[in-house]
Amino acid sequence: MDLLTLVVFFPVVGALAILFVREEQKNAIRWLAMVSSLVTLGLAVLVLFRFDASNPDLQMVVRVPWIEVGGFRISYQLGVDGLSILLLLLTALLTPISILSTWSAVEEGVKNFMIFFLLLETGMLGVFLALDLFLFYIFWEFSLVPMYFLIGLYGGPRRIYAAIKFFLYTMAGSILMLLAILWLGTTGHTFSLPGLIANTDIPLNIQLWLFLAFAAAFAIKVPMWPLHSWLPDAHVEAPTAGSVILAGVLLKMGSYGFLRFNLSLFPEAAIRLAPWIAAVAVIGIIYGAIVSFAQTDIKKLVAFSSVSHMGFVMLGLFALNGQGLQGGLLQMVNHGLSTGALFLIVGMIYERRHTREMSEFGGLWKIMPVYAVLALIVTLSSMALPGLNGFVGEFTILLGSFGSQVLGTYLFAAIAALGVILAAVYMLTMYQKMFLGPVGHEENKGLRDIRMREVITLLPLVVFIFWIGLYPKPFFDLMGPSVDKLAQTLQAAAVAMR
Amino acid sequence: MSLSDVAQGESLFALAPLVILFPILGLLINMSVGRRLGERFVGALASLAVAAAFGVAVLQFVGLQGQLEGATIHVADWITVGDLAIPWGLKIDTLSVTMMLMVTGVSTLIHVYAIGYMHTDVRLQGEPARFTRFFVYFNLFVAAMMVLVTANNYGMMFVGWEGVGLCSYLLIGFWFEKGKDGIGNAVAGKKAFVVNRIGDFGFMLAIFLVYTAFGTLQFDEVFRKAEVAGPALQGVITAITLFLLLGAAGKSAQLPLFVWLPDAMAGPTPVSALIHAATMVTAGIYMIARNSVLFALAPFSANTVAVVGAVTALFAATIAVAQFDIKKVLAYSTISQLGYMIAAVGMGAYVAGMFHLLTNAFFKALLFLSAGSVIQGIEHGHHHVAGHAGGGHAQEFDPQDMRNMGGLRSRMKVTFGVYLVATLAISGIPPLAGFFSKDEILTDAMHAHFGLYLLLALAGFLTAFYMFRQVWMVFGGEPRSEAAAHARENPPVMTIPLIALAVLAILGGGLNLPGVHTLTEWLGHTLEHVHTTPFELSISGISTVVAVLAIGIAWRLYGRRATGSEASEPLRRLLGPVFVGMEHKWWVDELYDFLIVRPYRGLGNLLVLGEGEAEAGNEIWERWVHRGLIGGGYRLFSQFLANAVDLKIIDDLANNLGRSLQALSANLRRTQTGYVRNYAFVVFAGAVVILAYMILQYR
Repeated sequence: MDLLTLVVFFPVVGALAILFVREEQKNAIRWLAMVSSLVTLGLAVLVLFRFDASNPDLQMVVRVPWIEVGGFRISYQLGVDGLSILLLLLTALLTPISILSTWSAVEEGVKNFMIFFLLLETGMLGVFLALDLFLFYIFWEFSLVPMYFLIGLYGGPRRIYAAIKFFLYTMAGSILMLLAILWLGTTGHTFSLPGLIANTDIPLNIQLWLFLAFAAAFAIKVPMWPLHSWLPDAHVEAPTAGSVILAGVLLKMGSYGFLRFNLSLFPEAAIRLAPWIAAVAVIGIIYGAIVSFAQTDIKKLVAFSSVSHMGFVMLGLFALNGQGLQGGLLQMVNHGLSTGALFLIVGMIYERRHTREMSEFGGLWKIMPVYAVLALIVTLSSMALPGLNGFVGEFTILLGSFGSQVLGTYLFAAIAALGVILAAVYMLTMYQKMFLGPVGHEENKGLRDIRMREVITLLPLVVFIFWIGLYPKPFFDLMGPSVDKLAQTLQAAAVAMR
Repeated sequence: MSLSDVAQGESLFALAPLVILFPILGLLINMSVGRRLGERFVGALASLAVAAAFGVAVLQFVGLQGQLEGATIHVADWITVGDLAIPWGLKIDTLSVTMMLMVTGVSTLIHVYAIGYMHTDVRLQGEPARFTRFFVYFNLFVAAMMVLVTANNYGMMFVGWEGVGLCSYLLIGFWFEKGKDGIGNAVAGKKAFVVNRIGDFGFMLAIFLVYTAFGTLQFDEVFRKAEVAGPALQGVITAITLFLLLGAAGKSAQLPLFVWLPDAMAGPTPVSALIHAATMVTAGIYMIARNSVLFALAPFSANTVAVVGAVTALFAATIAVAQFDIKKVLAYSTISQLGYMIAAVGMGAYVAGMFHLLTNAFFKALLFLSAGSVIQGIEHGHHHVAGHAGGGHAQEFDPQDMRNMGGLRSRMKVTFGVYLVATLAISGIPPLAGFFSKDEILTDAMHAHFGLYLLLALAGFLTAFYMFRQVWMVFGGEPRSEAAAHARENPPVMTIPLIALAVLAILGGGLNLPGVHTLTEWLGHTLEHVHTTPFELSISGISTVVAVLAIGIAWRLYGRRATGSEASEPLRRLLGPVFVGMEHKWWVDELYDFLIVRPYRGLGNLLVLGEGEAEAGNEIWERWVHRGLIGGGYRLFSQFLANAVDLKIIDDLANNLGRSLQALSANLRRTQTGYVRNYAFVVFAGAVVILAYMILQYR
């Protein structure tokens, strides 16, 4: 069996193994889930070792014919390149961290929880590695189901509502993408992405429709303003581990989709629509920041900050130049690390106090110093302090979009840069309300600082926050050649269109 | 110059990164084991780390003697994307080494002082364990400041730039559970960071413009290309420099972004001395000096800089006159002095600006540290009295209110002595440091524009006035409170750094004496277009007379009589409403609150209303996008199905189906799992139909 298939489906093996463990043996189930996600991480690292960073093309490609009916040729095709390697690693890293975070948070229904979680990992890994559009669609929809149950079964009081909203929004977008995929597959006589890129020359007016159909699915997932309405509800109701994966990985499926499919398949349409998408992205940056500022629920605040941060990612991608694309891709990873960590941090305090209202806290630094310091680092990372990861991503994105030929104006980047000010406003307000000031509530005085297990869940993220902030070179090197190749294609298309 | 000299210089320059690494090493050790090894170890280690950095700076100075054009040290790559390459790279030249020497030198003294100050402070605040944290932050600050001044490119400079801002945030809010309503200090820290971010926004846009115009962020290359392109790029260079000015206005607390600095006094006094008086706030001046090539090519920007500086100098001085908090006076005084420097660099008098930057570092650090000494002296007196009275009273006692002081000259002799030296220095009395540096600026201003000169000279008058007003209110007359009557001098660990700084404040003028121009020549190796400012007796004579006059008036108003309560503030009677305006800082904070803070908060609340609680029913997205678009679409679809199926064949059944579907669609909130299946079913049914159609068609 090839390595990529092994990576994608190893979590299923773990899930199957858990099936045979009795529900009461919670710790056995937890360890089994943990070990299988760690093995998956190990396999992902193995992929990294085999990965040739200097090669811009798809690597380790496996292709097996699957369904062939008439004009339909669907194949099982996986591969990895600079666009997906980091997201593969991010997914493989965040899953064990999330599982570890559930150790004491999930007590009821551990068995189903872990099964869902591992199936979810397979779905996500499949999305990032699938090269056949139909296969991609299957993974895309497949990842929806476990998350639906994670929210709907393990979430907060309004979990049913949130789960349904999440499901419906995503479905509404996916169906349009499915139509576009079917159109492409039937006219191009293949669903294979490399094949489609090589063989098809779609006229611009059709490209625009197809682009929009794909964009409908991806923009909802990102989520781009004004399609973000499902996100706060899903986040607030989801259990901590679900939120971590939701923000850390599921949202990236949307932005990755834009990068992998919209930009590669419909470059002319992308160029034509880039200013519009950038405009919506910038609105999202500012809008998300303002709404975050006005939240009283810390989890909602973080959720809306995602709208703002993902706006940066989209702005970077649709600068359609090397810096914008690399910055956007790196920022996907950064957002996964920082926002994932933020949700872990929220989860830790929620586990202790069962509230997320910021007014219920204050002065926590005094009671939980270790927790407070880790939260500070993550907060600063999220507000893009230079020297930490968020800055490297946002700076590169802004630089790229500032000089973008396709966008044609400084204005997008300039307004987006205002978002950097606003980020400081809402993040520092949050930090102040939670951690600074006097300890106002009696029930907070007895809170215990975080345990070693909790420190361990945060530590890897903090390490990457510093690493990417101080020395991002290895990360840029991994994605560089592939992104440059894409940027050159887009550049050539832009020149041809003039 | 021999080859061996060059080799020696190069090898010394290779040590430059240590100037950043030593403080980092210090903070890492203190973070990991400091708590266990106790205060003495922590304080000594932190001070040693900074002293070692100072040693490195001295070595760079020595290295430069043999190689005055300096060198660039490449440490590592940082951000390398496409043709953009931002390295971790150090620029060693006379300008950066001057800053290194000043910052690490003054920092060492303040670190030593802080050992004594924080020892007392943490106990007064009831949190002895926080001693270590203070020195960790302090070391971090020095490291960040070194990143800022040694950077050889805009990107790395920005790292230091925001890094010092972070330390400022952390140290202003050091007592984060104290201050107004228990949160005042934390709020002040946040305000500092946010206001600075507004400036940083300008800095970032400047960086982006630099990159689009020149294709690089390396200082050397940018300046070379700018000089070659010259007037052709004047438009964009003007924009770059104006955005840089916005950045400098944030960091160096100039109009209109000065509002954070007075609030920053919430930090412990060594913080005010080091960060908010001597070093960090001068980063804006350093940054403009570093970009002198660009400002020289953009006269409009340079003039704007000069005007902003001069107006700030006077504006802040008027506020300083009417403050009663000992640190607030000094804070506005700092803003005013920074205004002098900004005005100087705007006029192209970079050496004069840097000269004043250095002398100000000496006497302003000294003023703050002695103010800290006064505050702790008073606090000691207050505790002494409170202890005798059995405690539990006078919680509102403000040890920083000068109206509670008086008569300290005899109780705190050393503090009084050094305070007087610093006051004379800042007032521009010859031959102290401030006289020479301020005089250079005034002379250059006279040659640049009489208006600038007038603004700065008036500010000089006010400076001497409010400083001596302070001296008499604090040290003169009789004690106006029990606490002041029982104040006592602080231990040598605090007073010795004071004396050292006093010596510097006296002799600092020697750096660039008229006729010798040591500093001019030194900086001339880095900065272009430097000129030696001639010593003009008329100008220095006038400013000395003005200062003496101001001191005289201050003496007449405050020196001859004890100023007790607020009502007896003599200026209040003399100036009437003008004094009220000055006392209330011309309501700038209130104005910003009205124009920016409130509307922003309102907008946030408005938009949140749009997002709404899903149960509240007043939400925009909820209603229009979710319920309207998707729910409504589904309802139409289900009605269509109902009507289509309803061919009067299965009339009742269809009607029931339609009605029940409608009922379900009517309100998405009360959805149940079955409902999703319906959705999913419809969606998939549609997909299957389309799929089947396509397969049939393409077969």
